Amino acid sequence: MKEIMQGNAAIARGAWEAGVKVAAAYPGTPSSEILKDVADNYPEIYAEWSPNEMVAVQVAAGAALAGARAMASMKHVGMNVASDALMTLAYTGIKGGLMIVVADDPNVHSSQNEQDSRNWARFGKVPMLEPGDAQECYEFTKASFDISEKFDTPVLLRTVTRIAHADSLVQTGKRVESKMPLGLDPKEAPKYVMVPAHVRPRRKAVEERMRKLEAFADKTKLNKMEINSKSVGIIASGSAYMYAKEVFPEYSFLKLGMVWPLPKKMIADFFKQVKKVMIIEELDPFFETEIKAMGYKIFHGKDIIPNMYELSPEIVEQAVKGKAYKAPKVRVKPEDLPRRPPNLCAGCSHRPLFYALKKLGAFVFGDIGCYTLAVAPPISALHTTICMGAGGGMVHGAMKAMGKDALGKMVAVLGDSTFLHSGLAPLMNAGYNKGNSTTIVLDNRITGMTGHQEHAGTGFTVRGELANQVDYAQIGKALGIKNIRYVDPYNIKETMEVVKEEMNRDEASLILCKDSPCMLLRRAKPLERFKNPLYAVNMDKCRGCKMCLEINCPAISWREGAGQTKDGQKRKGTAYINPDQCVGCEVCVQVCKFDAIEPAKK
Amino acid sequence: MKKDEKTTNIFLSGVGGQGAILASNILGEVFIRAGYDVKKAEVHGMAQRGGDVTTHFRFGKKVYSPIIKYGDVDYLLSFELLEALRYINWVKPDGKIVINTQEILPPSVSLGQMQYPKGVEDTFKKYFKNNVHVINGMGIAKDLGNLQAQNVVLVGAFSNFFPKIKEAYFIDAIKKLLAPKLHDLNIKAFEAGRKAL
Ligand SMILES: Cc1ncc(C[n+]2csc(CCOP(=O)(O)OP(=O)(O)O)c2C)c(N)n1
Ligand code: SF4
Ligand code: SF4
Repeated sequence: MKEIMQGNAAIARGAWEAGVKVAAAYPGTPSSEILKDVADNYPEIYAEWSPNEMVAVQVAAGAALAGARAMASMKHVGMNVASDALMTLAYTGIKGGLMIVVADDPNVHSSQNEQDSRNWARFGKVPMLEPGDAQECYEFTKASFDISEKFDTPVLLRTVTRIAHADSLVQTGKRVESKMPLGLDPKEAPKYVMVPAHVRPRRKAVEERMRKLEAFADKTKLNKMEINSKSVGIIASGSAYMYAKEVFPEYSFLKLGMVWPLPKKMIADFFKQVKKVMIIEELDPFFETEIKAMGYKIFHGKDIIPNMYELSPEIVEQAVKGKAYKAPKVRVKPEDLPRRPPNLCAGCSHRPLFYALKKLGAFVFGDIGCYTLAVAPPISALHTTICMGAGGGMVHGAMKAMGKDALGKMVAVLGDSTFLHSGLAPLMNAGYNKGNSTTIVLDNRITGMTGHQEHAGTGFTVRGELANQVDYAQIGKALGIKNIRYVDPYNIKETMEVVKEEMNRDEASLILCKDSPCMLLRRAKPLERFKNPLYAVNMDKCRGCKMCLEINCPAISWREGAGQTKDGQKRKGTAYINPDQCVGCEVCVQVCKFDAIEPAKK
Repeated sequence: MKKDEKTTNIFLSGVGGQGAILASNILGEVFIRAGYDVKKAEVHGMAQRGGDVTTHFRFGKKVYSPIIKYGDVDYLLSFELLEALRYINWVKPDGKIVINTQEILPPSVSLGQMQYPKGVEDTFKKYFKNNVHVINGMGIAKDLGNLQAQNVVLVGAFSNFFPKIKEAYFIDAIKKLLAPKLHDLNIKAFEAGRKAL
């Protein structure tokens, strides 16, 4: 039967049918649904959230070495973290099929950069497949495991947001168990111990494998030639193929399902069959550089197709048609309309914490998570976001550079999932290298931003089973941090005092937020910690000073209208708290200098 | 190209929490049952609520691109007035529009820095005349005793544009996608919406 499935769900399905036994991942948009789907629907597969992408790849590689089919999935930047493993796994090869899914995010819908993962395939000398819809996500996943075992190599499967997060029809089948026996063989050490004497023969094996893969690329049905018009032909893959096919169905196509290595003979044939060849690809001129290096002259490529952000049917059409493209009529200028930027939820514990940091005037070395939203005005209390874990290392470096002058001025802030992903080593460094930095861990008991995945600090596995829960204070102690403090972020004054003290201290410290679960984490009953379910603005007292608007709570709005307080103070308007949105976190109550915000009844 | 081979483009827009995703999932199940190829693409925002949500929904004999070409929308189904206006340029000159009258203030408006756009219906009518259909989904859902059912009310109203698609497909889809205890309410919501337009 055909079912409608998200691209990510189709990958999970394909993996299950291919007989996969082990799946590991660290969440990241747009890849997170793959592992969740595996965990929810396919009990035959062992599934785990690993603490980071490197561990996920190591786990999958170990399973493959033991003869099982295995996969790891991650977003594009996750591959940067996992790449150290990938680059050498490419030498050793695998035993059971090993697929690594890497999901790119052109146009950075939800990422810290925009990188083209096809480069990893060339750099790492491993094959890469790129599906263009859910059916292909499913088929290419299955093909990945066959290619992996046939050529003794890890295989990369690349998606982009518009493929990973698009739903379309998939014709599914049955699970077939892998026939490979499980087990390890110590005699194979020369293949798996990469010391120089072993590396050299493997290095040669990699090149030989590449040649075989090139021959395979010319034969595989993953690459397709569609000859229509003899005058113009387009070489494209994945999403770019879909957009180009949509707007220029009359042209010929060479659709590359295997994007590395390239099918040299097919390309030669395509150039023979059509007069002018255009290369339409999202992000880097990856095919273009290679095909030009093969000596071909192309009609168009990155001279007209943008090399950044994502493509779309109209961008492709406009690029190819040039002046002949007729833009639709503009009826309303969208830039004149109020935007709807994401905001921290009402009641989120990140809001009071960052308000406290702002009041302290701290320079905040931030990180990636929901809390990155603290960069937005009016809170504007986060000053760097580079990569996961960066803040802890950077604050240490800045303090070493500035010496005693830096005391009391700066802090690193990161979420719990981020801390476990890559925050431990920087903290260890501060403990070891006589650092005096302050690191705050926003422990909201979940990976918030990417849609609520469990991690080693939540006490649950991806399948909801009870698990060991990391003790952050003990970690800090073991890493040599002598000053470990807890704060209740909902108590702004106390938080400010503790943070100030630690920032001024000439020693490294770790501050942990306690009892501050994510508002959307039902199991932690986040609302129970609040005394009153609802607050309201007392119109007799509100002076209209707008202080409470500074916390950017979605429940608080401004109501224009001249008037006065009960005791005759003039005002231009008042604050209003929407009772449907207020959860009673009391942050605004602490901000109002006129005690105008009072408990109310739901 | 024959007329029935053409792909139809439906654009759904709303605010997180309004249930636009469920609405597009229902459409997905319906048009598959009717034998079409279907593609739909959502922009998944971050975990927090309150951002804008859009879905590109396409059906036809064979659909390639998961996203609609700018300016090629046949039907705009919007859950919120401002989120309708934001995509007005996407609609074809002869496109059809269903606008829900709910207003949800974005932060810049609630903080008093910007104005919520006025006369959204009139702006649409100026360009699309009789192809604009306005519905008070919230009011209908309120009468049914559950505000959450607003999304299915809107699907009911929208279903009128596809007289050849069996009503039973919609009912099947609702039953497939919702928990049994919600079936009655949502089927009623669908019927009420279908009558409202
Ligand atoms: C290397 C890398 N992997 C994954 C991501 C995706 N990602 C962004 S933030 C985040 C985790 C956020 O969780 P947490 O630190 O607990 O903060 P919260 O969102 O809960 O506030 C993840 C997984 C990324 N940006 N970079
Ligand atoms: S999802 Fe959780 S962590 Fe993210 S903004 Fe909402 S309450 Fe805060
Ligand atoms: S801080 Fe207090 S007085 Fe000032 S606007 Fe808000 S409720 Fe009114």
